[in-house]
Amino acid sequence: MTAFVFYLFAALAIASGAMVVTARNPVHSVLFLILTFFNVAGLFILLGAEFVAMIMVIVYVGAVAVLFLFVVMMLDIHAVTLREGFTKILPVGAVVALVLFVELALVFGTWLMAPDLDAVRGAPTPAVGELSNTQAIGAVLYTDYVYLFQLAGIVLLVGMIGSIMLTLRARVGVKRQNPRTQANRPLEDCIEVKKVATGKGV
Amino acid sequence: MTIGLTHYLTVAAILFTLGVFGIFLNRKNVIIILMSIELMLLAVNINFVAFSAFLHDLVGQIFVMFVLTVAAAEAAIGLAILVVFFRNRGSIEVEDINAMKG
Repeated sequence: MTAFVFYLFAALAIASGAMVVTARNPVHSVLFLILTFFNVAGLFILLGAEFVAMIMVIVYVGAVAVLFLFVVMMLDIHAVTLREGFTKILPVGAVVALVLFVELALVFGTWLMAPDLDAVRGAPTPAVGELSNTQAIGAVLYTDYVYLFQLAGIVLLVGMIGSIMLTLRARVGVKRQNPRTQANRPLEDCIEVKKVATGKGV
Repeated sequence: MTIGLTHYLTVAAILFTLGVFGIFLNRKNVIIILMSIELMLLAVNINFVAFSAFLHDLVGQIFVMFVLTVAAAEAAIGLAILVVFFRNRGSIEVEDINAMKG
C-alpha cells in the first residue's frame, strides 16, 4: 500500500513538474507547479514529516504560487514570442539534463552510510507515539536553532521591505485625499446652517 | 517491495533535473525560469526530508523550513524586480535585459 501511494505521488509530481517547464501558457505552468507542490507534500506525509508537509502547502501553494499567478496575469506577456527557439535549444537542454541526472544517479547509487552514524545525530527523532512531529520540531527549533529562526524572520523582513521598495511608485497627476487639509477646512466652507421655518421650505 | 531512501532520492534527482531542463528550455521567459528554480529548491527539500526520515534526525526537517523561508523571500524579490522591469521596458524577455551591457 505504501509503495502504491509512493509511486502515485512520485509519478504525479514528476509528470506535473515536466508540465511546468513545457506548458505553452504560463498560467498553466503555475497551476502545474501547485499540483507538484501538493504531490510532494503527500510524499512528505508518507515520510512522517507532517508539519513540513503542511508548511509546504501553506507557504508554497498559499503564498509563492499565488504570487506567481498574480504576476503572470498582471504582466502582458506574449507566450508565443517567448517560446521562439524552443525546439532548437531542446536537444542541448536534454543533453545537459541527462548528464546531470547520470551524475546524480552515480552519487546516489554508490551511497554508503557512515558506520558511526548514531553518534553524530543532531536531534534524534522521538519514538512514534512519544511526541508528535510538530512538537518534536518545536522542541528543537525554539531551543537549538532559535538564532537561525530569528535570522529567518529577518530574511523575510528584508524580502518584504525590498519588494515594497521596488514596486512602490508615486504616480504624478493622481488626485489624492489629503487628510490634513481636509481636517483644517474652516467650518464656514463646509456647511451652511439654515433655519427652515415649519411648513415653508427653504 | 519496500520504499527506501534511494526511491526518494531518485524522485528528487528527477525533479532537480527537470528544473535545470526548464531553465534551458524557457531561456526567454523569466517567470518560467523562476518557477524552475522553485522546482529545484523543492527537489533539495525532498532530499532533506528523506534523509531526515531515514536517518531519524530532525535537523533535516528544521533546515527545510529555512530553505522554504529563503525560497519565499527569493520569489518575492524576484517577482518584484520582474514587475519593475516590465514597467520600464514593457517586456520580460531575457534578451532584452541588457541595460548594463557596455
